[in-house]
Amino acid sequence: MKTSAFLTDSTLCIGCKACEVACKEWNEVPPDAGGWSGLSYDNTLALGARTWRHVKFIEGMPESGVGGNAPESSSWNFSSDVCKHCENAGCLEACPTGAMVRTEFGSVFLQPDICNGCGYCVVTCPFGVVDKDPEDGRAFKCTFCYDRQKADLLPACAKVCPTESIQFGELDDLRQRAQDRITELHDRGMNDAAIYDPTESNVGGTHAMFIVRGDARSYNLPPHPVAPTAYLRQGWISSAFTSGVMLAGTLLAFMITRERRA
Amino acid sequence: MSQAHRFPPGLDGAQRRSEQKETRLTTIRKEAELQLASREISNLSLPVASGEQGYYCLPFLKEPTWTWEVPLYFFVGGVAGTAGVISAIARFTGGPDELIEEASRLAMLGAVLSPPLLISDLGRPARFLAMLRVFKPQSPMSVGVWALLGFSGATFVANSGRWIRMHHRCRGLGRFLENIGHIASLAFGPVFASYTGVLIGATVVPAWNRNISLLPAHFAASGLGATVGILELRGQSQQGLQLLGIGAALTETAVGARVELRHDQATAPLRNGSSGLIIRIGGALSGPIPLALRLASLFVRPKPALRLRRYAAISAVVGSAITRAAWVHAGHISAKNSRPE
Repeated sequence: MKTSAFLTDSTLCIGCKACEVACKEWNEVPPDAGGWSGLSYDNTLALGARTWRHVKFIEGMPESGVGGNAPESSSWNFSSDVCKHCENAGCLEACPTGAMVRTEFGSVFLQPDICNGCGYCVVTCPFGVVDKDPEDGRAFKCTFCYDRQKADLLPACAKVCPTESIQFGELDDLRQRAQDRITELHDRGMNDAAIYDPTESNVGGTHAMFIVRGDARSYNLPPHPVAPTAYLRQGWISSAFTSGVMLAGTLLAFMITRERRA
Repeated sequence: MSQAHRFPPGLDGAQRRSEQKETRLTTIRKEAELQLASREISNLSLPVASGEQGYYCLPFLKEPTWTWEVPLYFFVGGVAGTAGVISAIARFTGGPDELIEEASRLAMLGAVLSPPLLISDLGRPARFLAMLRVFKPQSPMSVGVWALLGFSGATFVANSGRWIRMHHRCRGLGRFLENIGHIASLAFGPVFASYTGVLIGATVVPAWNRNISLLPAHFAASGLGATVGILELRGQSQQGLQLLGIGAALTETAVGARVELRHDQATAPLRNGSSGLIIRIGGALSGPIPLALRLASLFVRPKPALRLRRYAAISAVVGSAITRAAWVHAGHISAKNSRPE
């Protein structure tokens, strides 16, 4: 039993999308709808039922000397996004069939043979990762290559990454590696490099960390993700209170009017 | 411009033409500057990846995938659950028999209609039984499925008990089953009527989760208003129903005020745009309108009073159905506008 994780380093990513291709090929994920988005070189736009790895293209202002950019061309940040495999996973808690499970590797796995396509995981994922495939009817997301991990193989995306932007390993090891990398980047003068690892939020940490530059929000990574289990207490208190008021009120309404009738 | 090209030749003409062209250049520059300025201050500029806009203004959350059956189910379930409560309490307070009958039939009808609505929304309807593999208290959908199941059982037992009591010799057994069914309705009914509020409130959709405390009360009151309305339209005119109708409309008015008086960006879809409009229409039809009609009916002679109550009833039923659809619609807008925070 080990706690595995991804560390995706956007300062190493070259935007080749080999991870997307590898993921699709290994997991036999059907093609996306296609079409041109007009938003940078990104036509997939987001993770979804048929996109379990997704390379984001963050175009910035010209910035000389960074990442080998020519001084006059725009700067690039690429980042391969993936399911975060939260410690406190909204989708896992919300799934009414038990199709979502926690694996021995610490990841969140959606068992496709049990999912009945209720869609509740879609609205309970604080990262907008899970989605329902309209053709298939079920929800899908990154499996963390559960099958490959079982066989002691690297996840497909990590295996094909030519720059080792996607690193796979033990969670604690990777945390250390991320720290070392940040120190190194800061020493080199890339002061806006930072680790995205929301351990302080109520998702309680994830099994997918990222090294990003600047504001994590520009990567559509929320600084304060909230697993919606946080709202349950308030919701059920309100439901219980409402139930009490409804029962008492109905009783009262009929009692009062009965006395009048008598 | 084509007119300008045929400007009479000659030095004077050419000069005037040049001046006009020069003025035109100035105008173009001014327009461009204006556009530049408006781009900088508005969000209409070309999407970029930034802290404020997120990743190219793309939503970072997924929209709900539920189809039309789900808001309809919210309505039907709300009616069924509250009808179960009304029938049981009418029974235990010695209410009129026809009210008990109408209400418990309505409860059973809702319980019968609910599963097909839920099942046809599933991506894999044939697997609906997968819901019954587990009971997960931390999943409002799981709790709801079991509440629906329990409530269906309760209304079925209550209605069969009633049937046995009316048509069979074993009246004692009938009465016993009826009472058991009604007690179970009291336990499951309120949960069934209000859990849908928890269901959508405990999600990542901002417009929903910001109202987690409001939603269960809102949906239960909406269901109660609709049930009272349906019973009144079926010819029931007990004063008890009138009081319940006033209570429900009062609650709905308060909920509407609460939604209107908020100013945060996350709940803006509840007030602005198409979803805001539908929320307001649903809210007016469930809250202030039936409230006013019902209060007015207290001060007029019995016959026009009955008519006013009927209008209030229609308004509440329509308003309740619209309200559920409106909240789901607002959730879509909210998710579509979501930015990482």
